[in-house]
Amino acid sequence: MADTQSTITGNRGLQLEEPLIFEQDSPGRVGVDFPDTDLSDNRLGGLERQGPVGLPNLSEPQTVRHYTRISQKNYGIDSGFYPLGSCTMKHNPRVNEKLARLPGFASLHPMQPTSTTQGALELMDTCAHWLKVICNMPAIAMSPAAGAQGELCGMMAIKAALEDRGEGAQRTRVLVPESAHGTNPATAAACGYSVDSIPANDRGRVDLDAFLSKLDEDVAGIMLTNPNTCGLFENDIIKIADAVHDAGAFFYCDGANLNAIMGRIRPGDLGIDCMHINLHKTFSTPHGGGGPGAGPVVLSEPLAAFAPLPFVVHGENGFDLVEHKSGAGKKSYGRIKGFHGQMGMFIRALGYMMSHGSDGLRQASSDAVLNANYLLAELKDTLSPSFDGPCMHECLFDDHFLKDTDVSTLDFAKAMIDEGFHPMTMYFPLVVHGALLMEPTESESRETLDQYIHAVKGLTARAKSGDAKYFHDAPQLTPRRRLDETGAARNPILRWAPGGDEEKS
Amino acid sequence: MSTKYTKEHEWIVVDGDIATVGITNYAQEQLGDVVFVEVPDAGKQLSQGDEAAVVESVKAASEIYAPITGEVTAGNPALEDAPATINSDAESAGWIFKMTISDASELDDMMDAADYKTHVAGLE
Amino acid sequence: MRYLPLTDNDRATMLSAIGAGKIEDLYTDVPAAALLAGPVDLPAHQGELEVERAISAMAAKNLNTSDAPSFLGAGAYRHHVPATVDAMIQRGEFLTAYTPYQPEVSQGTLQYLFEFQTQVALITGMEVANASMYDGATATAEAVLMAGRVTKRKKAILSGGLHPHYRDATTTIAGYQGITMTAAKPDFQCNEDITSLIDADTACVVVQNPDFFGHVRDLAPLAEKCHAAGALLVAVVTEVISLGALMAPGDMGADIVACEGQSIGNALNYGGPTVGLLAVRNKHLRQMPGRICGQSTDVDGKRGFVLTLSTREQHIRREKATSNICTNSGLCALAFTVHMTLLGETGFSRLARLNHARAVTLANKLAGIQAIEIINDTFFNEFTVRLSKPAAGVVEALAAKGILGGVPVSRLYPGEKELENLLLVAATETTTDADMDALVAALGEEL
Repeated sequence: MADTQSTITGNRGLQLEEPLIFEQDSPGRVGVDFPDTDLSDNRLGGLERQGPVGLPNLSEPQTVRHYTRISQKNYGIDSGFYPLGSCTMKHNPRVNEKLARLPGFASLHPMQPTSTTQGALELMDTCAHWLKVICNMPAIAMSPAAGAQGELCGMMAIKAALEDRGEGAQRTRVLVPESAHGTNPATAAACGYSVDSIPANDRGRVDLDAFLSKLDEDVAGIMLTNPNTCGLFENDIIKIADAVHDAGAFFYCDGANLNAIMGRIRPGDLGIDCMHINLHKTFSTPHGGGGPGAGPVVLSEPLAAFAPLPFVVHGENGFDLVEHKSGAGKKSYGRIKGFHGQMGMFIRALGYMMSHGSDGLRQASSDAVLNANYLLAELKDTLSPSFDGPCMHECLFDDHFLKDTDVSTLDFAKAMIDEGFHPMTMYFPLVVHGALLMEPTESESRETLDQYIHAVKGLTARAKSGDAKYFHDAPQLTPRRRLDETGAARNPILRWAPGGDEEKS
Repeated sequence: MSTKYTKEHEWIVVDGDIATVGITNYAQEQLGDVVFVEVPDAGKQLSQGDEAAVVESVKAASEIYAPITGEVTAGNPALEDAPATINSDAESAGWIFKMTISDASELDDMMDAADYKTHVAGLE
Repeated sequence: MRYLPLTDNDRATMLSAIGAGKIEDLYTDVPAAALLAGPVDLPAHQGELEVERAISAMAAKNLNTSDAPSFLGAGAYRHHVPATVDAMIQRGEFLTAYTPYQPEVSQGTLQYLFEFQTQVALITGMEVANASMYDGATATAEAVLMAGRVTKRKKAILSGGLHPHYRDATTTIAGYQGITMTAAKPDFQCNEDITSLIDADTACVVVQNPDFFGHVRDLAPLAEKCHAAGALLVAVVTEVISLGALMAPGDMGADIVACEGQSIGNALNYGGPTVGLLAVRNKHLRQMPGRICGQSTDVDGKRGFVLTLSTREQHIRREKATSNICTNSGLCALAFTVHMTLLGETGFSRLARLNHARAVTLANKLAGIQAIEIINDTFFNEFTVRLSKPAAGVVEALAAKGILGGVPVSRLYPGEKELENLLLVAATETTTDADMDALVAALGEEL
């Protein structure tokens, strides 16, 4: 079907082929107008660049058209339903983009005297306040650049606290449920800990007995996601927290799924010691095709003193920044990023939180949970739910419903693309076979969910009717169809090179 | 010359005091298209169970453990440019490394071809 | 609430379809004591107008670099960003997409990442680059960790010309992962010799060019010494526009290049978000952290792009990953790519030369003030001056006059008597003669 209607140009109506910028180079063109400066009086110490860089020359209209055209090969939340489980793809309000671009923030230099940035520090402090209240936690580290760095930040605080207590050498093991996201074990390892996996019970939660049997004097902490990666609330969480604390260890909570509980359940009331917050998930800062994110970390009292630099304090003359290991920063384990954190993301997140308010945040998380349970209820007889009972903000199915169809989870997801939806998360979490994890978020209307349910049911019927080929050939209607990932990994071509022959790595 | 198999789906061909190690055909089928193999350098000392090599497919990476204790005498240089050899010829040209045998008794508990066949049949 | 499409009617219908009486019935797994009866103690929802008013009021309390003569640098630089850049990155297809895991519906993101990687490799003079890092400081930390993996050694030497934030972030992040750092003392006169610190345990030497104090360094001799000892040279660039005028670090023998890319396409944003660049030699590719985009073909034989070499990453390797990093700095990388496309060969070179020329003009003007000594013989668009009194106080006094007069070195190196009077000043294409004259006049009054 793909190429039966071939055209002369290769374009297909609104699907426009677009070469790389390097293939559109024409010396003499330029997209900016700067004078050519004479450098006869220079201070470059004889280290001037010799020869061209090799960048292509394009004019402004070509550049605009190029990036507009390639943008049209992307699917975003603005385009349609994006039920990507564990990623919280919710609406990104544009007012937050507008606010982040106010010159009073965007044109602010990080090294200006703090006397000239009181409004920026006030904004950081206000954003921090909202996050602390939502989580009911006494302290927060704002500087982590993303969720993964937030994890690192939190685990470093735990390590620093244990070392301060003289137990650094003794506590070398971190417990991580087998359903955890890959960053959890990667982070624990990055902090020098060995990772010990905790099995799940048949309800998809941490097996409490197995967990207790692994808890010993050499355990530094547990890294637990709640709601967990199966979209389920860890109902034993308070018991887990108590046991962790009784054993002298710390409780790291992965806050990736805060969207299920914000405004309704405060993580601080569950006994956690620290938790990163993905502002790009729960608080709607745009994912941007893979960042920038922001991962502030709320901290309990025993960890607060070890928070990374810098942080905002209320000083004698208004707000101030603690940038060094002295005074209030004496016990800090140091700096993890340049400057002060993802300011542009704090603005957007605060805009989101203020717009919703305490009532709206509660309503948003409730709607997210309601939407997920609606999908679960409407699809539970069509697909195969992995666990019984209600879910939180995302619902998990395994591939049992595709048994004997010769259609895999991947094939099914690719067919969803032709129906105009972004696929659900596939093959994660690893604890169920051929996982399909759907997270609708509060941004979706009932009409959208109904259309999606209709499509899933229709495709399931098609798979069961024996039409596996349709799925193996999907997607058919996208700018590119399935790509050869094996070839890409065997012979990596990671940059364009002159002469039309791309450089082989 | 005899061939032994481990539960980790490695094969070991013993030729005098040198063992050649690779992964079984069953293992390569489970992994799918192999895209990269990290082989150990000659001279590396390994104890039984140490991580010796890594075989990567697009979506998975599997550690290959030293089946016995000894010193690496060679990694298979052909795998650098042609990792797919593991898929096409896992139990011969797709060998991963050769090593010395410090303690031949470590080979005693391993399976022979018939036992391994039964073992794999039990997994399916 | 304007962001929530469900009506009360929808909610009732859906609860009934689920078989639940009320929303609380979906929270039965939550321990009762933890379930809040009402909203948390924060203000109620507000309209867009009210939110805009409140947050704009905070913005208005700041003195921003667009409204004042500004000479601030130290790793963040004010440049003119063409309007096209922001128009492109605000397209919803770019702004609201996730990491491109589904290549069939992500060719836009993947194609610009491929272009980005190529641009970064070209300007750094390296063979291959990843799809970006959080920022320059974390890119440096990751470079050091990577050098540790490549050399299987555990020691890093940090030049005294390295930005102190980069030094600190690297010391924290790589330190927790078992790398021992030796940081040389602040090298404001650019006369350190760190080659004597290199030994058989040295994984890498980290050196910045132009350095924190603005000096331009020839990295080639140091690269030779590193390589002779089996160590890698990590070159750091905090002002990426300098690469349009200066010899690329790759051409001077660097093995890994870590840059802050903010200057191209990105606003200052009070320091974040920005974009880190990481470029390496092909032979070390498998040890490079972060996302990488590669070229491939689809089932119809058409060229397309995919994320590749992902077995290095956390979602597959878990505790054995090269790094725990998930995201790159996608949208900032797009801003970089669009701006770099507009610049092209001609524009990039001209912009760099213009920056240098502005800084030379500034140096010439400041040289006329008796109470100021210019430290640098060489520089790109930033240099260090010694004032007749502590720089921090002078900068405060200038700020009171509405001039952002540079970065006192003491803010980053507190308590170092020798550095107390040093001031870092930068000029870019945005710095006018009038700005410079205002600075000269104000300094004349303060010194």
